[in-house]
This record gives sequence, C-alpha cells and structure tokens, in this order.
Amino acid sequence: MAHKKVNIGKGDYLAFEDTIADIDSQISELTRLSSVKGIDYSAEIQKLQRRQVAEFGRIYSNLTAWQTVQVARHPKRPLLGEYLNLMVKDFRQLHGDRCFGDDAAIVCGTGHIGREKVLIVGQNKGRDTKEKIKCNFGCPNPEGYRKALAKMKFAEKFNIPVVTLIDTPGAYPGIGAEERGQAQAIAVNLMEMSRLRVPIICIVIGEGGSGGALGIGVGDKMAILEYAYYSVISPEGCAAILWRDGTKAQEAAEALKLTSKELHRLGIADAIIAEPLGGAHRNTHDAVYNVEQYIIRTLRELKRMSIDNLLEDRYKKLRAIGTASTMMLPLDDTEKKIEIAASKIIEAGQIKPISTTPVEV
Amino acid sequence: MIKTMAKKAKASWDGFSLKPRRQMPEGLWIKCPGCEKLLFKKAVTDNQDICPECNYHFRIGAADRIKYLVDEGSFEQYLTQMVTTDPLNFHFRGTTYKERAKASEKVSAGKEAILVGKAFIKGRPVMLAVMDFNYLGGSMGAVVGEKLCVAIEKAIVESLPLVVVSSTGGARMHEGVVSLAQMAKTSAALAKLDDHGGLFISVLTDPTTGGVTASFAMLGDVIIAEPGALIGFAGARTIYETIKVELPKGFQRAEFLLEHGFVDMIVHRKELRSEIARLIDYCGKNQT
Repeated sequence: MAHKKVNIGKGDYLAFEDTIADIDSQISELTRLSSVKGIDYSAEIQKLQRRQVAEFGRIYSNLTAWQTVQVARHPKRPLLGEYLNLMVKDFRQLHGDRCFGDDAAIVCGTGHIGREKVLIVGQNKGRDTKEKIKCNFGCPNPEGYRKALAKMKFAEKFNIPVVTLIDTPGAYPGIGAEERGQAQAIAVNLMEMSRLRVPIICIVIGEGGSGGALGIGVGDKMAILEYAYYSVISPEGCAAILWRDGTKAQEAAEALKLTSKELHRLGIADAIIAEPLGGAHRNTHDAVYNVEQYIIRTLRELKRMSIDNLLEDRYKKLRAIGTASTMMLPLDDTEKKIEIAASKIIEAGQIKPISTTPVEV
Repeated sequence: MIKTMAKKAKASWDGFSLKPRRQMPEGLWIKCPGCEKLLFKKAVTDNQDICPECNYHFRIGAADRIKYLVDEGSFEQYLTQMVTTDPLNFHFRGTTYKERAKASEKVSAGKEAILVGKAFIKGRPVMLAVMDFNYLGGSMGAVVGEKLCVAIEKAIVESLPLVVVSSTGGARMHEGVVSLAQMAKTSAALAKLDDHGGLFISVLTDPTTGGVTASFAMLGDVIIAEPGALIGFAGARTIYETIKVELPKGFQRAEFLLEHGFVDMIVHRKELRSEIARLIDYCGKNQT
C-alpha cells in the first residue's frame, strides 16, 4: 500500500498539466530508445527532468481556485488510509455510534503519532469502487458524526488529544440522513468540540465540504494542505444556486475563495502544510510526512498549555472569526436628527434615556 | 417515460423551494397555499398571518414575527447598524453581494438577516433574536453570527433566557467559509450559555435549513417548531438530485421532525407567546 511514489498514468494528468505530460512522454520515449538501441540519452533525460521540475513549480505556484479543487479531488491523492498506514503507529479502529450503526465514511481509532498517544478521527472517501460504495464516497451519515463524538468523549475521559483529518465532499444528503437528524448530529458536534477538554487539531487533507467537514472540524488548531480546499458549499452547488447554472463551477470556485492561501488570509486556517512538488498525489510519503511533522510540533505546543487556557484560547479563536468582517454604519441623517432631538429632550430632563431605540414594528 | 416520471415526482413535492412563496401579493385578496381558498387579506393579517380556514401558517418576516411574539413596544434592539464588509469581495453574474444586500434591505426589517435585542414576552424579560427570511433568504453571514453571539453573551451576563426564532436558508454563500465558521462560533457561544445554566428556547419557523439547522437552531434546550414549517439539513432538490428517489410526503416538515424525535413540540403561532412564557416559568428563569 505504501508506495514511495505514485505512478501517474496517462489519464491521471489534470487538464492544466499538458506540458508535464508531454515531458513525461518524451522521457519515457528516450528511456525506451536508450534501452532498445543502446544509446546513452541520460544527459537529455536529465535536462528534461530539470525542465519538468521548473514546469511543476510554474504551474503549481499559480493554481487557480478551480485547478486547486481538481488537485484536491485527484483520484490518486492520498486518502485517510495512507495517512493511517504511514504516520499512525499501532492503529486500532473503534467502531459504532452505540445508537444506530457504524458509518464507514468516518473512521475513528486509537494510536500513536510520533511519541504521542492520539485519537484519530478521519473521513475516508475510499480508493476503489467497492470501498467507495462502502464508505459512501466520503459523505458521512449522522451516525458517523455521533460515532466521532462518542470516541472524542472517550479520549476526553482519558486525556488523549484528538486529531481529525478532514476529507469529504459534504455530509450525505439522503432521506435516511434527514430522518436520523444530520443537522442535529453536526450541531451537537460543533458545540461539544468547542468545549472538549483535550487538545484538538483539525487538518483538511483533501476536500473540506461545508458542514460535513465542519462536523469534525472544530478545534484548537486548523491546518490545511497546500492544494486542499475548504468551502461553505461545493463550487458546483454554488454555481447552480447563484449562477443558476451548474457548469459555472469554475467561476464559483474563484468567487468562494476556497484555497489554502485565502483561508489563511481570512484567519480560518492557522497553518498551511506544504505539499510535495506537483501535489500530494505525486509523492504520498512526503505529503504524509509533512502532516505528521505538523501534528507532532503542534501537539507539543498545545500540551504545554493548561486545559483551561487552551479552552479559553479555543473559544476566543472561534469567537473572533468573522468579527472583522462586520462594521457599524454611522446613523443616517434622519436617524441622526432623531438622536439629536432625543438628546435635547433628555438634556431638558423631560424623559429618561434608554440604552437603545426600540425597533418600529 | 422516465422524463414524465421525473416531472411527476417534481410536481408532487410540497414546497421544497426556498424562494419566498407568493404570500402577500398586491390586492385585497390572497389565495391560501394550504386550502387554496381565496381569502380576504386583512382577515389573514389580523389573524397573525394564519389562514382562518385551514390554519396554514404563512411565512412572515422579522417585523411581523416580533409584533406577534413580544409585548407591544417592548423590543429594544441592539446593533442595528451592523453590516458586512463583504470579506470575499464577492461578485457573480454581473452583480455583487453588496448590491444584493442593499436590494434586500428594502424588503427586510433591518440591515441584516437577524434582529437581536431585549424584549418582554408576557412580562418576562428575554434576550430575543429573530431571523429575517426577507434579507437574502435569512442566510447566516459574519454579521448574523456576531449579533447572535453578542445576544448570547448578553443573555449570560444578564441571566436572561434566550429565544431564537430561525427562518433561514442556511449559511451565506457570498461570505464563503467565513459564514461556515459562524456555525462553529455560535455553537461555541451556546456551549458557554449551557455551561452557565442558561435557558435557550429555539423556535424553528418556515423555513429552517442548511447551516443554521446544523448549528444553533438544533441546540435548544427546548426546540419548538411552527406547524408545517420546512426544517432540514439538505435541500429537497439536492436530495432528489443525489438519490433520484421520490421524497416521502411531508418530508422535512415540522410534523416529520416531531415524529423522528428532533423537535420537542409543535406550537400554533397564536400560542407561541404563552408557551414560551410557561417554559421560562417552568425552568425558573422568570426574573420579574
């Protein structure tokens, strides 16, 4: 399972990677020729490889939002399974929400990252068709969120930090999910995670799809992989509603500002975890290593704090998001006149002042 | 054939749309969507926007809601001038978020999709937040989150019961992930209220969907729904397009949620006042 490099086949190049595919085919052609004809093309191949690295740098440093979404959804992108295999030692899965069932879209379990005991809660999209169907393409049902909460409560009891790995297109929109209270399950998670008495680190490793992602995404630190995305709605969904045309997803993706850079700028993400050249799918090992290092570093930092300070900071952080996106308008002219008139009357001692003006209904 | 089946399925949905229904057209007469009778408009508005024939609850804005819910003239509003800064500089189809917001202001009760303030319900002081569906579909952005948090914190400081009336399409797309984060923010504030032993009564009215349902609306100590209100997480259209199965009748209506155990009670609009007052008394939160 743990290959050092993922071999990218012909069909796995994204639409904007034409030049890279070109260079790859030239390289393989040269290698073939050198083995068939016995001519040494290594200098040419090296030159091509250098050009390819430069090309990767050029393309990946200027990805548009829509291209980022494509990378985040790449079929070869490392999924939860790879992360568990490569960075969690002694992983033991804990199943079931003790109410209804076991949701394979959310995987919970005990293990170690670095030297630290952690509880892992992650979303799994599935690699092959069979697995994809089993875990519902990474779209959790309410029992998944309830399972996550139950296991987090267990971790809280034994003072074990929680690490959540987010990768979902969104919570599942189905009849059963509604009947079993998808909204309520997510809401309770938000509330309980905001006051869980152990450190929580949340990392978006692929797709951060709306409330489905947020349902396991409230914590002390929020990190996002360089080419992952996190959004209030899928670009397709937004396009269908605001553009009234689902094919305008590209424009919607740009407008939604869902890339790691923007999220960091908006203060949603505390850190951006770098991905290997050409995206995580080109070098699973390095991608997982970067995530592992981030977790180890951050856990060390969080564990130094007393739990009460930690909770206070967590609340302050959550509470502050969006406050800067609000402003108070000055009162407009008519309202000002009323205020002035009122203050004159108050000064004259005719009536007592009230703190705020009642709204006219 | 499949097409006609799909058409039939679409026709049988009972009001999945989040667009405001044609509820108060110009003129003296309106048609009730519940019983399809032609009604004298004034008879309906005098009846708290409830159909006198079939008890259909019309969708109402925040101004009417406050009028029907609180003691006359008792609502002291906070933060009336708070507006969004448009954090994403969002523009679409040749228009901008700011323009849309401005246009919404003409039909809404305030400058945002929520009004918060202190009020009295049957003489009992409460911290009240009322969402306004007329303002951009009652969607939750940074301002809604902030105002609600201020209300929650004031409720904690002044030991007042908190009453939130939801009427919303969910998180506000125009503010992207900032609006998504408001779900976590309001829920965290409610956790604080809960820790302080505060009473939170959540009233779900038509419609309450999306990110708001998946955060504060479902976190009430007591959750009350209005009859026939649309309450859910995913929109019916999204569900239909995902699973391609006809949705059951009455799906995501208040009665459906009651049956599945997600609301405590369904209360007629005219009884809402006394029901809330009774709850406040029962929980020992009546300060007067």
